[in-house]
Amino acid sequence: MQTAQAPSTPVIYQQRQPLIWVGRGFFILLGLVVAYILGTNLIKNPTLFAQIFISGLQLGFVYAMIALGYTMVYGIVKLINFAHGDVFMVGAFASYYAVAKYRLHQWPASAFPGINPTLSVLIGSITVILLSMLVCVILAITIERVAYKPLRDAPRISALITAIGVSFFLEFYGALNFVFSPRFIPYERPFEVVAWYIKNGIHLVMPGQQAPENSVTFSNIFLIIIGVSVLIQLFLQYLVRRTKIGIAMRACSYDRQAARLMGIDVDRVISFTFAVGAAFAGAGGVLYAIAYSLIWTQLGILPGLKAFVAAVLGGIGSIPGALVGALIMGQAEAMTMGYISTPMRDAVAFTILIIVLLLRPTGIFGEPEKEKA
Amino acid sequence: MLLEVHNLNVYYGAIHALQGISFHVEEGEIVTLIGANGAGKSTTLRTISGLLRTRTGYIRYKGRDITNTPAQEIVKMGISHVPEGRKIFAPLTVRENLLMGAYTRNDPNEIQRTMERVFASFPRLKERINQLGGTLSGGEQQMLAMGRGLMSRPTLLLLDEPSMGLSPILVEEIFRIIQEINQQGTSILLVEQNAHMALSIAHRAYVLETGRIVLSGTAKEVAENPMVKAAYLGV
Ligand SMILES: Nc1ncnc2c1ncn2[C@@H]1O[C@H](COP(=O)(O)OP(=O)(O)O)[C@@H](O)[C@H]1O
Ligand SMILES: [Mg+2]
Repeated sequence: MQTAQAPSTPVIYQQRQPLIWVGRGFFILLGLVVAYILGTNLIKNPTLFAQIFISGLQLGFVYAMIALGYTMVYGIVKLINFAHGDVFMVGAFASYYAVAKYRLHQWPASAFPGINPTLSVLIGSITVILLSMLVCVILAITIERVAYKPLRDAPRISALITAIGVSFFLEFYGALNFVFSPRFIPYERPFEVVAWYIKNGIHLVMPGQQAPENSVTFSNIFLIIIGVSVLIQLFLQYLVRRTKIGIAMRACSYDRQAARLMGIDVDRVISFTFAVGAAFAGAGGVLYAIAYSLIWTQLGILPGLKAFVAAVLGGIGSIPGALVGALIMGQAEAMTMGYISTPMRDAVAFTILIIVLLLRPTGIFGEPEKEKA
Repeated sequence: MLLEVHNLNVYYGAIHALQGISFHVEEGEIVTLIGANGAGKSTTLRTISGLLRTRTGYIRYKGRDITNTPAQEIVKMGISHVPEGRKIFAPLTVRENLLMGAYTRNDPNEIQRTMERVFASFPRLKERINQLGGTLSGGEQQMLAMGRGLMSRPTLLLLDEPSMGLSPILVEEIFRIIQEINQQGTSILLVEQNAHMALSIAHRAYVLETGRIVLSGTAKEVAENPMVKAAYLGV
């Protein structure tokens, strides 16, 4: 939020001027230090830099899948849906049950014995992801109906507090023994991890072996995460530019009353927005679980908060902003882990939030909030 | 009777904005509600189009009770409300704004045909079809708002202060188009502070004062009423 300077208090305004410059100077210095650290490390060991960059990309594209939901929902109901990260967690758990308990990923093989194994794994994994997305969609629509819709016309802070409440609800009910349990659970992947290394060409890392020294490795999960995340971006662009419901989403974001006069069922558009965001988060949750192969009921908190920072950084309400912000957050985290220290990663994420709020609260792509009568 | 409004009482919290309003619109008519700022004109339109609820009375459209029906249903029945201040979707293109006007309709060919008809009435919109609504001038925005309102192919068009903030030449043009739309078969309920212009094209008129109708009659009768002359026509 920008605080307007009342014209009747010029004294305070003038006193603040030098402080602003001290702040700017500090941030410029900070920027130079970061650039120096990254630059020298890039020159010193380009392979390591590339490796870190790849893990940053992977994180960034996961955050992008979550950040879209934050930004779309904010765009339309001006609510920061803090339960969104927990929907992501439920997506991961849904796929865990589908795979480990119900072997859903093997259905093509059991339904059509003799099917090509690669095709079977592909179809099976896609089924698992789609099912998890569906679970998240149902969950998000329920949350919206039960917790947010009754507060649609209440002050914004009420819905925000409710969102935090829903978030805790999902985390702590999820942690009950007869729900997801409070433990860390090893995650069984629906498909095998395959890794390649780049050193004079691209080579497969043989199972049970390490990639050679001084090479850059990447996995099929990395490629899948990027592929799915990019697909989601393209789908969303198509949705909001070309389809009736997508244009209606933009119309409702801008002016809900006017949208109602067009005959748009605003409640349905809002539900739809929650559903789309949840579907993306669900896909993200599955891929995140596959990549890091350990799940628990609080796994959505940090990725959720970082995706929220990404959305703010990109300009909350802006769809391209969510992607750009998420990629920056991914790199910031990976570079921190690589060059400073692993525990610093979360601190850095929230430092970025503070810096954005101080320097450019509207984010990279955001426009100053318009005041409507 | 196309539209029959009977004994509306509408509140904003404790504010009693409409205090027993009754009037009607016949098929093919232009009916105008005139009155000073704050009289309750916009509130009346918002109640008809389903944005506000009335505590008493009823609204009938084509003989059917539509009191407190949700806004999207009202649009489907053929009532279109062009709100005060135009309320264009600024980040949407002209084309997208028009498409939103046709939200309740499904046949793309039919929608395209309606859009061509809107362009025939407002050729300037066609020139700016891919421009963002927010970048249009005030007059163009009014045209877009009216064109958007026509995209649902309404039987009854509710217009709230279409002349607001426009230059006299543009006001003339907008009122000429309103008459044209009416001659093509759309009934119109026109709300105006510009009583002079409104009375010049309307068939009948109602005068609203602080939530009550204080006078009604043919446009000619109302225009000649001494009180109206003094209060609204500045004679
Ligand atoms: N959103 C609102 N909240 C509270 N009071 C309102 C609101 N809108 C209008 N009013 C009040 O209702 C009365 C009628 O307003 P309105 O219908 O907008 O008048 P008009 O369109 O004739 O200028 C006025 O007293 C106005 O102050
Ligand atoms: Mg008004």
